[in-house]
Amino acid sequence: MAEVKEEKIVFQRPKALCDVVTHYCPGCLHGVVHRVIAEVIDDLGIQEITVGIAPVGCSVLAYNYIATDFAEAAHGRAPAMATGMKRVHPELVVFTYQGDGDLAAIGTNELIHAATRGENITTIFINNAIYGMTGGQMAPTTLPGQVTTSTPRGRDTKLAGFPVRVCELVSTLEGAAYIVRRSAYNPSEIRKLKAAIKTAFQVQMAGLGYSLVEVVSNCPTNWGMTPLESLKWLQENMLAYYPLGDYKVKDSVKELMAKK
Amino acid sequence: MAKVLMKGNEAIAEAAIRAGCEAYFGYPITPQTEVLEYMSARMPELGRAFVQAESELAAVNMLYGAACTGARAMTTTSSPGFSLMQEGLSYIACSEVPAVVVNVMRGGPGLGNIQPSQADYLQMTKGGGHGDYSPIVLAPSTVQETVDLVILAFDLADKYRQPVYVIADGMIGQMMEPVELPELKPPQRPERPWALTGAKGRPRNIITSLQLDPPTLEKVNLRLQEIYKRIRENEQRHEEYMTDDADLLMVAYGTAARIVKTAIAKARRQGLKAGLFRPITVNPYPYDALRKAADRAKRVLVVELSAGQMLEDVRLAVMDRRPIHFFGKMGGVVPMPEDIVDAMNRVMAEA
Repeated sequence: MAEVKEEKIVFQRPKALCDVVTHYCPGCLHGVVHRVIAEVIDDLGIQEITVGIAPVGCSVLAYNYIATDFAEAAHGRAPAMATGMKRVHPELVVFTYQGDGDLAAIGTNELIHAATRGENITTIFINNAIYGMTGGQMAPTTLPGQVTTSTPRGRDTKLAGFPVRVCELVSTLEGAAYIVRRSAYNPSEIRKLKAAIKTAFQVQMAGLGYSLVEVVSNCPTNWGMTPLESLKWLQENMLAYYPLGDYKVKDSVKELMAKK
Repeated sequence: MAKVLMKGNEAIAEAAIRAGCEAYFGYPITPQTEVLEYMSARMPELGRAFVQAESELAAVNMLYGAACTGARAMTTTSSPGFSLMQEGLSYIACSEVPAVVVNVMRGGPGLGNIQPSQADYLQMTKGGGHGDYSPIVLAPSTVQETVDLVILAFDLADKYRQPVYVIADGMIGQMMEPVELPELKPPQRPERPWALTGAKGRPRNIITSLQLDPPTLEKVNLRLQEIYKRIRENEQRHEEYMTDDADLLMVAYGTAARIVKTAIAKARRQGLKAGLFRPITVNPYPYDALRKAADRAKRVLVVELSAGQMLEDVRLAVMDRRPIHFFGKMGGVVPMPEDIVDAMNRVMAEA
């Protein structure tokens, strides 16, 4: 009789990720980022003290997928809502999940001021250079020359201005403690993304100030590409304009990371 | 408790504190700013939350966030700021979270001016933002009543899980009167199983105003309408002043009602029997009570610091049972009692 080897579970759905099918398009990275957030929530054991805030945009239904208390904000206002929550419940871990239109167009003011006040909240910012939910219009982060349904001849910077670099902008603010840009186009980048999100939550829990993790992401549907093509386009076009890296890591954050 | 002399805006702030307000968010705008200033000193010393927001948009969404956690929370503003808050207030109403908003009205439209006005009546009582919602609106006419109604606003917001507005104006906000306040107690929260406080030992809570499925959103709306029906049945409030023998029924609220009371005293000395019907809840509007009061009089005269906004509700109440007249001042102009007495005499001369 052959010896039965004891099996060990090496991979399973995180507890903080709901066991449901998402509404996201095939190849969209939202699902990956949701999973990574859920893994971090599990790792830190904070499912029972976390409150998420969903934006208006493709991820408006994020509350159906990440298994914590959740609110759905008005377009762009998630950082203000998070401020209200966190100020009365400092013991909670409060994070906003926002797309580029939500965060860098209609909600720029709320973002900048939550950051400059040094609110102890975390923002996960998904930058895919397009408005997904409304069907592919120009976003504040749409690249020069990029064709969208509202820049049919490509983004003309003379008419439509230039893309906003959120990490570069926010990192100038004193209240911002941890501002980094990551991506999720391959497993190695996904691991780096997870480490960054974990750090961001830890920064918040240590009360060190505002933390933001930008995720350079994709939109196969509205870019008009296959999922694989979109990941290639992301690397060849977006990373040049939005270089991955750490834009602001306060000394207090460095000390915290050294201890962990 | 002994009475203290307080400015209206400071009384609004202290009343909220006594009502157990745990969080205040605001943006400076005249003639409301003293509420913000007062709160900036008092809230931190009591260990409660205070944020001077970057805009009224942010303030109302901070209010929304704090309210989602079950805290008693308030924002205050003045007319242009109230316009900016409409988006958030629509979300708050649909999400069924309690919140208190005080609008210290000023002259409009546009940037207008900083003098007393009642020109936000329709915006405040008929919704103001998008969608079918109907906030409770309380209309004080003295600083003491402002204190009482701010406290009531928190209770009603809790009871119905809806936004409750206090409709004040630059006169009430800026004048000083003696007030009696309830004693200061630590904030106490009633049981709020719906609040976002972390899903510890319970299923997780989600607060959203998004319902993509039409029949589901219809259900949300039907539930809201059911709440508004209960509010209409239980919360109508008004004051009647010398209406028993009145030939001329005056209808006014807030600052206008104060001036009308003086005008009534003057008119009565001249032999004109007038009385005042003063709605305290301008939403729900006391239609039936006003109809009954109007039936006892010969004519009705509505006085407002606007082009005649509450006039529409008076017409709905009285219909064509009695002639309805209007006297109004706009743009921050406040009438003298004599101006109103003149209007009263003109109206009665038409009879």
